[in-house]
Amino acid sequence: MIPYQPSLNIVFAMSLSTQDVEKVARLARLAMSPSEIETSRNQLNGIFGLIAEMQAVDTDGVEPMSHSQDLAQRLREDKVTESNQREAFQAVAPQVEQGLFLVPKVIE
Amino acid sequence: MFESSLKQLGDALRAKKISSVELTQCYLDRMAQLNPQLNAFITINPEMSLAQAKAADARLAAGSADALTGIPIAQKDIFCAKDWLTTCGSKMLHNFVSPYDAHIISQFNNAGAINLGKTNMDEFAMGSSNETSYYGPVKNPWDTARVPGGSSGGTAAAVAARLCAAATGTDTGGSIRQPAALCGISGLKPTYGVCSRYGMIAFASSLDQAGPMGRSAEDLALMMNVMAGFDERDSTSLQRDKEDYTRDLNKPLTGLRIGLPKEFFAEGMGSDVAKAIEAAIAEYKKLGATIVDISLPNSKLSVPVYYVLAPAEASSNLSRFDGVRYGYRAPEYNDLADMYEKSRAQGFGAEVQRRIMIGTYVLSHGYYDAYYIKAQRIRRLIAQDFVEAYKHCDVIMGPTSPSTAFKLGEKGDDPVQMYLSDIYTIAVNLAGLPGMSIPCGFGDNDMPVGLQIIGNYFNEARMLNVAHQYQLATDWHSRAPKGI
Repeated sequence: MIPYQPSLNIVFAMSLSTQDVEKVARLARLAMSPSEIETSRNQLNGIFGLIAEMQAVDTDGVEPMSHSQDLAQRLREDKVTESNQREAFQAVAPQVEQGLFLVPKVIE
Repeated sequence: MFESSLKQLGDALRAKKISSVELTQCYLDRMAQLNPQLNAFITINPEMSLAQAKAADARLAAGSADALTGIPIAQKDIFCAKDWLTTCGSKMLHNFVSPYDAHIISQFNNAGAINLGKTNMDEFAMGSSNETSYYGPVKNPWDTARVPGGSSGGTAAAVAARLCAAATGTDTGGSIRQPAALCGISGLKPTYGVCSRYGMIAFASSLDQAGPMGRSAEDLALMMNVMAGFDERDSTSLQRDKEDYTRDLNKPLTGLRIGLPKEFFAEGMGSDVAKAIEAAIAEYKKLGATIVDISLPNSKLSVPVYYVLAPAEASSNLSRFDGVRYGYRAPEYNDLADMYEKSRAQGFGAEVQRRIMIGTYVLSHGYYDAYYIKAQRIRRLIAQDFVEAYKHCDVIMGPTSPSTAFKLGEKGDDPVQMYLSDIYTIAVNLAGLPGMSIPCGFGDNDMPVGLQIIGNYFNEARMLNVAHQYQLATDWHSRAPKGI
């Protein structure tokens, strides 16, 4: 059985500040207004309250599990298998010109 | 005809009692009549469906038809289908006409099945009620004031309302099983790796798995024969021999050991759900099964573990939506970073942004070990509980969802309450096991209750057998919503 204890660890017990949420929004490339940041902060704190339950679990010596079947990554021969479908793929792009994807100017 | 099984439809088509064009037109007429009140489909394209039906008729005439040739199947809008609008329930992909087919779509095309349309879903499969779809919520055919469940809610509603013969879903934390339960249909999430994820828009790649949804276990078995199989384009697709999933359907259940996890029958489950589940277990005893009490002590950690791992993987997967190569781009912006930020803020809905935020945070510098790696370690503990349990039983049973379908808007403002509605299904995804839900009665307000059947790895044929024998002895699966 898992020993259940109140969460004491600083990482789990802390709540996010406005600055924390602004930083995460920037990393996630999501534009947010100050009121959206505040709503997000409250909801994230609620969710991290739920997640804090994990902290009490003893996982010493337990290997992290990323996939259910512990198989080695399959490898294939290093050769071209796909044909060029540039026109088909660029047909769904927001802005293209002469076969290139257009973005706002990056280099002055 | 709308009550016919896939096998009966296939027999009728091969016997030339009905053509695929006629059958497809019948379904299209029914969709035109009933979809406006259910909103189960995002895209319907009669011209493309009927062109496929015509080709199927030629194949039927030539005598080279397979089991599903000519049968109209709806596809969850998470599967890329060439020349079909493929939105994943998001504004981000409101204009994405897919240039290629997902592996699952190719499999149905090769089988000669008809793509009847793309079903509505929670945005990027993130939701348990179908209310996060940019294209509006789906209504439950049993009571249109209630949700169909999610994220495969459009598929579940379409199957329950007989708008298609069967349909596809995907399940990351319960997205096939929970809507199947809430809409009174059958659904199967296979073992992770059995169905290719190629062309299935990614949510949480270590958990995502496609599967069939239909009106009976027998129908699901025929769908699995088309959907399952190795695909080299999915790096986690498993290399296994082709199976016939119908092979065990008619075996008796004598000696079947059913494990009942005490954690699934503790507080939290509605009394109406408990009553229906207990009656189903009693029916299984009559069919020759024995009951084994088991424990999954770590299963209660599934929800917190899932809400670290799934958002982490989602935040990584959804970074591809940048307004450059496909999808939505904001109309106005100052520079490149501004274009990314505004396109993503305007293109993604609130729930998707919430999960991207959680994921970005738990993967950020200084928190990766404390959250992501910690969750992966507990994931192994959860999986090991099942390994231990299967030493004592053949299948595990319990409720699919703690309650029947709730009302639209009821849980809208509280993400944590919504997340807890997946409490019985998530552990199965974390362990990578196959799980299914079949109708087993009705609860309060006459809404359907789903029985969850969890199998050991690659035991899908056995689970389908277990479900089919129950469906031979009961008629819950053949009940249809009134007025639909």
